[in-house]
Amino acid sequence: MTRMTQSGAMRAAIFEEMRRDDRILVMGEDVRRGVVGYTAGLADEFGNDRVRDTPISESTFIGAGLGAAATGLVPVIDLLMSTFLYVAMDQILNQAAKLRYMMGGACDFPLTIVAATGGGAGMAAQHSESPHPIIMNSGGVKIILPSTPADAKGLFKSAIRDPNPVIVLYHGALGAVRGEVPDDEDLLVPLGEGRVLREGTDLTIAAIGLMAKRAISAADRLEEEGISVEVVDPRTLFPLGWTTIADSVRKTGLLLAVDEARRTCSAASEIVARVTQDAFDALRGPPTVMAVEDVPMPFTPLLEAEVIPSIERIADAARELVKGAEAR
Amino acid sequence: MTTLDESQLVDLYRRMTRIRHFEERVAALKATGELPGAVHIYIGQEAVAAGVCGALSVDDYITSTHRGHGHILAKDGQIDRCMAELFGKRDGYCKGKGGSMHIADPALGIIGANGIVGAGLPIATGAALSSLQRRSGQVAVAFFGDGGSTHGTFHESLNLATVWSLPVIFVCENNGISQLTPTAEVAALGTVAQHGAAYGIPGVTVDGNDVVAVYETTRTAVERARAGEGPTLIEAVTFRIHNHSEGLETIIGDIRDHDEIEQWRARDPLTLHRRTLEKAGVEASILEELDQSVAAEVEAAIDFAHNSPYPDPADAYSDVWAGEVPSAAFWGAR
Repeated sequence: MTRMTQSGAMRAAIFEEMRRDDRILVMGEDVRRGVVGYTAGLADEFGNDRVRDTPISESTFIGAGLGAAATGLVPVIDLLMSTFLYVAMDQILNQAAKLRYMMGGACDFPLTIVAATGGGAGMAAQHSESPHPIIMNSGGVKIILPSTPADAKGLFKSAIRDPNPVIVLYHGALGAVRGEVPDDEDLLVPLGEGRVLREGTDLTIAAIGLMAKRAISAADRLEEEGISVEVVDPRTLFPLGWTTIADSVRKTGLLLAVDEARRTCSAASEIVARVTQDAFDALRGPPTVMAVEDVPMPFTPLLEAEVIPSIERIADAARELVKGAEAR
Repeated sequence: MTTLDESQLVDLYRRMTRIRHFEERVAALKATGELPGAVHIYIGQEAVAAGVCGALSVDDYITSTHRGHGHILAKDGQIDRCMAELFGKRDGYCKGKGGSMHIADPALGIIGANGIVGAGLPIATGAALSSLQRRSGQVAVAFFGDGGSTHGTFHESLNLATVWSLPVIFVCENNGISQLTPTAEVAALGTVAQHGAAYGIPGVTVDGNDVVAVYETTRTAVERARAGEGPTLIEAVTFRIHNHSEGLETIIGDIRDHDEIEQWRARDPLTLHRRTLEKAGVEASILEELDQSVAAEVEAAIDFAHNSPYPDPADAYSDVWAGEVPSAAFWGAR
């Protein structure tokens, strides 16, 4: 184990994978110059052929990633920010998500797209939001969002080795958080498996990314009040780390799903829909969505803090659900 | 005068006549209601696909368009599997999941026709990047139309391919019309080839109904690409004899300029090439035999398609993913 940041963990992952597999090529805006920390130094070790700075042409470098993936390379594309996915939506939703299927499985597309996601940095709506629900609905792209450095490394490595298009999101506000990360180069975190971050018995909070971290803080507060909260991180949004959530809800009987995406069609609403259909008999109260209301992310810190679920709001909602169930 | 020998000239005719026979039968089948979905007929443009693909090696890459049958067949795609795909049958190239606009055969370097205008250019650019990285010597061709030249991906791809000196050839089939709108009304420049200058690469206009001219232009571009000198933009000026899609006139009425169609019919690419073959001393009987054998192959392909089963309903859920199927973990499994 080594103690490192999320960025350090992702850096370890990409270096290990590029040493292991010379088909891997990293490209994106400023990757050689390391504008995002995890690509710093890659070109020094792997050269300018395998580490390529692109023009600001999102559709084309993602499309080129698909073409390269179809013909023997394993491209890892850094997109900087998840909102830039919108610029390249045809190549992601019409091409990456569908080409294998439309070709009757004749060709694989091992493509990884990496982007920072989420708010909290005062970057306003075009740089700080959470577009993961759109990708969850794509039908053919996997998507992950880790909440710990260890998961960031293990999931990123799995994404690179996966023979399908995978979008790797990482939350900007978790960049400096440190954690223990396994040194074993082959220790992967399987895509589609959730994780119990904190055990509890009274209520389940399902949350991803920054919301998972806040959920743990909320659970710590509630513990002092005698409320035992289990925090579950699905880690993969598609295929959803569902079993972990379902097992937890069957144990606690209550669910609060917290998401930094907008409420309508959020990951949280999907989780609540599944729990309602699959674990209805176990429920002691209404499975509940807490997400950003249906507005763009505001710029000024006060307003941004208003719309993103806070530790306090998560704790309040969880407390209310537990009290409501007790009163029933 | 061309430097091609007799067998090369006949091979170009072979590629064109495969397309012509296939397309004539497909148009007829569509008219009888046998084929689901939309079909976009390539008749009139055969010299472009044949001339370009004739100048490529088997393992060179192409990406194609919604009007893609010609490219697939010129790259020696299997007629029977193409036909079965148009019928939506299990033995089709895409097992009935892609249809007319999405035929692919990676073993022949065909990374797919594509239903989105402009979408194939970045993909071909990426295949060229892959070829460069692997030092394989393969080139990639992106076929697109004049409509595609107004798409952002066209400009982005030319820029990226130039900056990285990629072995890719951008082949614009300029048939003058973006679905229904004359492209001259919606494109800033008079020719597509002019855009080459904007990116500092050769932009060449060629008679898209002259298969030998297309072949020779492509061969020059292929040599440049293989030599590591970067991309070329080719504009092949041609004309589509049929409507944008079959049966469109029943929806929007007959808005075609029939004088224009007749003028272009007089420059039919197969007829023009037969004249070249005649001058080169190729006996007419050779071409007749070729036509007959291709026609028979197309009829056999229709039988193949008729006899092929439809996919099983459960097939709707396969082929999304390589490796383990993630959806088995939830709704799909219920």
